[in-house]
Amino acid sequence: MLRPLFSFPGGIKPDSHKDDSSRTPIAPAPLPERLTLPLRQSAGVMPLPTVRVGDRVKKGQVIASADKWVSASLHAPTSGKVADIGKYPMAHPSGLPALAIVIESDGLDEWRERQPLDWQRLAPQAVRQYLQQSGVVGLGGALFPSHVKLDTETRIEELIINGAECEPYITCDDRLMRERAAEIVSGVALLRDFTGARQTLIAIENNKPEAIRAMRGAISEHGENFAVVTLPTRYPAGSLRQLVYTLTGKRAPSNVLPTAMGVQCFNVATAHSIWRAIVLGEPVVRRVVTVSGNVRAPGNWDAPIGMSMTALLELSGTFPDTDGLIAGGPMMGLPLPLATGAPLTKDSNCLIARSPRLFPPRPPESPCIRCTACAQVCPQGLQPFELYWWSRARNFEKAADYALAECIECGCCAYVCPASIPLVHYFRFAKGELAAAAREQKMADSARFRFEFRQFRIEREKAEKAEKLARAAAAQAAKQKSAAAVEAPAASGEPAPMASLKSHDQPCAPNPEPR
Amino acid sequence: MMICPPHLREVNSIPRVMRLVCVALAPGIAVYTALIGPAILVQICLSSVAALCFEALMLKMRALPVRRFLGDHSALVTAWLIALTFPPLSPWWLTVTGVFFAIVVAKHLYGGLGQNPFNPAMIAFAVCIIAFPALMSQWPAQGLTLPFERQLEIVFGFVPRIDALTAATPLDAIKTALKTNALHTGNIQELLMSQNLYGTFAGRGWEWVTMTYLCGGAFLLAMGVITWHTPFAFVTSMAAIAALCWLIDPNRFSDPLFHLFSGGAMLGAFFIATDPVSGCSTPRGRLIFGCGAGILAYLIRVFGVFPDGIAFSVLIMNICAPLIDRYTQPTIFGRRGTESDTR
Repeated sequence: MLRPLFSFPGGIKPDSHKDDSSRTPIAPAPLPERLTLPLRQSAGVMPLPTVRVGDRVKKGQVIASADKWVSASLHAPTSGKVADIGKYPMAHPSGLPALAIVIESDGLDEWRERQPLDWQRLAPQAVRQYLQQSGVVGLGGALFPSHVKLDTETRIEELIINGAECEPYITCDDRLMRERAAEIVSGVALLRDFTGARQTLIAIENNKPEAIRAMRGAISEHGENFAVVTLPTRYPAGSLRQLVYTLTGKRAPSNVLPTAMGVQCFNVATAHSIWRAIVLGEPVVRRVVTVSGNVRAPGNWDAPIGMSMTALLELSGTFPDTDGLIAGGPMMGLPLPLATGAPLTKDSNCLIARSPRLFPPRPPESPCIRCTACAQVCPQGLQPFELYWWSRARNFEKAADYALAECIECGCCAYVCPASIPLVHYFRFAKGELAAAAREQKMADSARFRFEFRQFRIEREKAEKAEKLARAAAAQAAKQKSAAAVEAPAASGEPAPMASLKSHDQPCAPNPEPR
Repeated sequence: MMICPPHLREVNSIPRVMRLVCVALAPGIAVYTALIGPAILVQICLSSVAALCFEALMLKMRALPVRRFLGDHSALVTAWLIALTFPPLSPWWLTVTGVFFAIVVAKHLYGGLGQNPFNPAMIAFAVCIIAFPALMSQWPAQGLTLPFERQLEIVFGFVPRIDALTAATPLDAIKTALKTNALHTGNIQELLMSQNLYGTFAGRGWEWVTMTYLCGGAFLLAMGVITWHTPFAFVTSMAAIAALCWLIDPNRFSDPLFHLFSGGAMLGAFFIATDPVSGCSTPRGRLIFGCGAGILAYLIRVFGVFPDGIAFSVLIMNICAPLIDRYTQPTIFGRRGTESDTR
C-alpha cells in the first residue's frame, strides 16, 4: 500500500553503523549477582518502595508501587533479597546519585505467579491500572507511562507504531521486529483495541528491509489491516512530531501533544512489552539493549533492568582503547565514564563504547560565521545560530523569542556546524537558565501573594475587631438605654460574621499548589 | 569542557569552507590571467601576504591564538576578492590600503570573524574608489599585453603610470554614452563594437572571465557552501531590470546578457553577496537581499558615477540585512504559517 508521505524540514544522513550490531540475533544476558533499580524509571511521579531491606522478592514482584496516575510501578527483575535502598549513581545528565533499590540475586530466577489478563471482560480503566502496575512505559526513550496515553479524551484516528529507529548504531528495535514480529503485532492489535484507532501505521525506516519483511509477514498471518510504512532514512525521522507529520501531515507544536490531534504513538518495544504484560502476565523487567562501538562483538542483549552498564559492555568485549561509554545513541546519548556505576534502566536502548578513533574529540569552537548550515538541517525549522547567539550572550528571553522551547535537542545542528560549536550544549544551558528564572518568578509571585494576603488578613482582622468592639459598645449602650424597658430579643437580623469572612476569603484563597 | 551530544560530527570546518571558495575562484583567475597577464597573480600574492600580515597583527593585538585563527583562511578569501575587484595594474600601495581597511577596520575593529556587519572586500573597494577614484578606474586597455617585467614595474611604481595603458571598460563606455547622449545614431551595441569592446555576448574577453566565475559559483552550490537563494535573486533581478530598460529603449540600454556578464556581476552574485556573515540568513531574506543587490548594482552601474555598482549595492544591502532577517523568520515546524515568531 502506497501512501503519500509528508517531508519534515531539515534532517541529516550520518553513517548508520547499524550493520555492526544488527547481524547477530538477540542474546540473553547472564543474570548478574546484584541489580540496582533506580526508582525513577518513568515520567511523572516516582513510585514508592513497597519492600524493606532484607525482604525476599520473587521475579516480577512489585518493589515500588505507582504513586499517582502519571507514574508506573517497578518490579524485581529476578528473585532474591533486597540488599539496600539508598542513593546510587545513575545515568542522568546531572550526574547526581538517585534513590534505588538493590537486589541480590539468589540465582533461582523464580517468577511470581503469572496470569494472562482477561482484558476483554474488564473495564478500560481496570486495564489501564493493570498496565500501570505492570510498569509499562515508553521504551523508546521518553519513559512516559503507557496507560496514561490510553486514557484520552480525544478520539484516536491514527495509531502510529514507531519502528523508525533513526539514530545511528542502535538496532534493538530492528532485531526485535525481525525476531519477535508476531508478538509485536499482537501487542499492536491490543493497542488498536484499547485506543479504538481507525488506522494503524507501523513506521520503519527503509534501511531495515528484514524488519519490514518480518512485520509484513506477521501482519498478514494475523489477518490484521495494519500498514507498514517505509520511511526514507533521515535522522530524526523517528522523533515524535516529525514522525506524526511524515505519516499524517499533522503538525504539533511543542505545547500540544499529537494526542490532541487524534494521533497516538507507541514504540515497537512498548507494543511488545504490552503484549508480554497482558498475554503472559509479565511486567517490564528486561529489555533489548544494543551494545556497539569499540567492542569485539557488537550485538543486542536481552538484559535485565538494573544490570550494570559497564558489565553489559564488558560482555561484548571492549577494546583496550575504550575511553568511555555513551548511554543511548551517538546523537543524543549521555556520555559516561567507562567505569560508571550506572545501571540499565527501562530507557537504555543502546550502549556505545567510545574510543578516540570512533568518536574523535570535537575541535575547539570557532566563531559562528552564520553559514546557516544548522538552520538547513533543523527538523524544527529553527534558526539555531540565532539561538546560539542569544544563549551565548546570556540574553535568554531573546532566545525564547526565537522559539528555544521548540528545540528537540536532536543534535543535527551541532553535527553539521563547520565551526564545531556544541550548539546543543548552549541550548540546554539556556533552557536550564530559563527554567530556573521561571521557577524563581513563580516563587517570587507566591511569596508576594502570601505577603499581600497576610496584609489583607491583618487588615480584615483589625476591621473585624473594630466592628466587634463597636457592636459591643453599641449593645452596651442599648442595654443601658433599655435597662428600664423590656429586654428586646437579641439582634436577629445581624449578619453572620463567618459568612462575611468567607465571601472575602474566596477570591484570595492561597495557592494550594506545593512550592 | 564537558562532553555533550552529539558525539558525531560531519567532516566540515571553516578552513574547508574557505578553501572551497578559493578553489571555486581558481578557474576565473586562470582565465583572467590568460586575458591580462600575470599581473593579476602578482596582485593576488600581494593582497594575500598583506592580508595575512594584518590578520596576524590584529589577532596578536586582540590576544587570540594567531596560528589557529590564521589557519581559518578567511583572510585569504577577502584578499583574493580584493585582488579580483581592483584594477589589475593598481599600484601596490593601493591594494595594501584596500586590504588594510578590509582586515583591520571592516573585520577586526568590528569584532573579527563572524562579527563584521559589512563585507570586508567591498569596504576595501568602496574606500579606495572614493579616495582614489582615478586609480581605481584605470582598467587595462583591451588587447593590451605587456611583458611580465613591465607589469611588475607598473604595479610597484618603478615607472610613471601612463594613462594610455588604460582605457574605458565596456561598462564605462555605455555609461558615458548614456550621459553624453552620444547615441542619437545607432545603438549601444554598435557603439561598443566600434570601440572593439564587444565580444560574443558581453565585454570582449571579460565575458569569459565572468563565465568562469559562474562555473565556480555552480561548484560552490554543488558543494553546499552557498544556497541558491542569493545568486538566483541577484541574477534574476538584475536581468529583469536590465530587460525592462532594454525593452523601453534598446538603443540606449544594453541587453540583460551583457549586464550579467560584464563587470563584477557574477563575482558579486556568487562570491560577494553570498558572504554569510554580512548577508541575510533566512531563505526569504536571502531572496530579498539578492534582489536588492542586483537591482541596486544595475542602477549604480548604469545611472551612477562609479564604474560598477556591486560594492555599493552589497554594502547598502548589508545595512538592511539584520532588518530583513528579522521580518523574514521562517515558520517554525508545528506552528501555523500565519503566526509571526519574531518580536
